[in-house]
Amino acid sequence: MSADGKARTNADWPAIRFTVNGESRSVHVPPMKRLLDVLREDLHLTGTKEGCGEGECGSCSVRMNDELVNSCLVPVLQAEGADIQTVEGLALESSLHPLQESFLHNGGAQCGICTPGMLMAAAQLLAHSSHPSEAEIREGLAGNLCRCTGFMRIFASVAAAARETESELAKEPVVEQTHHAR
Amino acid sequence: MRGNAEMHELVAPGSLSAVLALLAAEPGQWTPIAGGTELMVAFSAGRLNAHKLVNLWGIPDLRAIEVTPQSIVIGASATFLDLRKHAVVNAELPLLAKAASWIGSIANQSRATLGGNLVNGSPAADSSPALLAYDAEIETISVRGRRRVPYSEFHTGYKRNVLVADELLYAIHLPRRFARHRQYLRKVGTRRAMAIAKVALGATALLDQGVIREIRLGAASLAPYPKQLKLTEAALLGQALTRETVLAARRALFAEVQPIDDIRSTAQYRRRVAVNLLEEFLLELRQEEVRS
Repeated sequence: MSADGKARTNADWPAIRFTVNGESRSVHVPPMKRLLDVLREDLHLTGTKEGCGEGECGSCSVRMNDELVNSCLVPVLQAEGADIQTVEGLALESSLHPLQESFLHNGGAQCGICTPGMLMAAAQLLAHSSHPSEAEIREGLAGNLCRCTGFMRIFASVAAAARETESELAKEPVVEQTHHAR
Repeated sequence: MRGNAEMHELVAPGSLSAVLALLAAEPGQWTPIAGGTELMVAFSAGRLNAHKLVNLWGIPDLRAIEVTPQSIVIGASATFLDLRKHAVVNAELPLLAKAASWIGSIANQSRATLGGNLVNGSPAADSSPALLAYDAEIETISVRGRRRVPYSEFHTGYKRNVLVADELLYAIHLPRRFARHRQYLRKVGTRRAMAIAKVALGATALLDQGVIREIRLGAASLAPYPKQLKLTEAALLGQALTRETVLAARRALFAEVQPIDDIRSTAQYRRRVAVNLLEEFLLELRQEEVRS
């Protein structure tokens, strides 16, 4: 049922358009539908998780117009025209993003529910601070709760990814190719 | 029960004038929504009473931060991250920049707005003690025009304020005259990040030849709404910073605040901590006097 008492089908809702992971998308959904639910139910991008549904846990973190947001607190109408990046947009072709590699190698992921949100918060941090201090990493991830790892391995994963990304940038292209071939 | 998106209307008129026209056409019918960090929490939990919402997010006039020779004018939809990134806010309003860093997490700060924090009117609002200490003024707007109200008179009761049905909070004006003032802001909560204040106190004061010439105190979680502590200020104004003055100020604050017992703390604890925060500020002020 809608606010005016009539049942509606999705086609009745005006289109809301935005970009997700570089692709233009258009959805016909109620404007108050949460971006989180649109990503998961309408676009089948289930990497973004729901934890608390009230902006406390960060599981649903995505990047919207180069800002980190809790997608559970964004009515999809406010995403009109936005450029959105979800965890599905982190990996490049067949290779993992340096943060994903680092979480794997440093034990930054256990049960995995918090991991997509952690990765997006970390990606947001590294996009604006290429070599963050321990305090900056802690602040950048303060809105993301993990109940498995005790956080230390996650902080270490982000720090290692930052170092890795820096040294990658410093390397000659030929060395980079070797890395990809490995 | 979960919120149902189909039960709520959300419209985006696009411009400020179109939003104001809608509010004027149906006064009291529409609830403005900006960053959604309060309203969407209520929606997710199925307890959002507002059924008609009008979008303010993305209206540029509301998000501007303007610096004039006399004041810093912050658009109501400026986010807390906007405040933290703004060079003049950081340099001249360090208490506000600090308060902005306390708002939830980075993801909350990139959506939560200064105006939203004030309109929501939580007694524990993070930005309020700083705004009270800086003698902020609120500018409202409607199709009938604009008006200015001292922020200390904006809240009129628990979650109540001076806005009338067709009005929006438009901007927050902060005078640029605190460079020489001693400034203080401290929040006491359970955890450094994401915690709501048990008690917070903001203060600015000007000391001249050992006498307090100006003082402003703003408190959170010590009354039904964020409150300027005028009786405590009166106990300090024009006084030399002696042990007796500090004790008199402690007594004045103890009597002036009306904290409550709730899920986060007790009235007794809040009162004691508030008194100690005030004393901490006054001791800092005295140290400054000794140094100069």
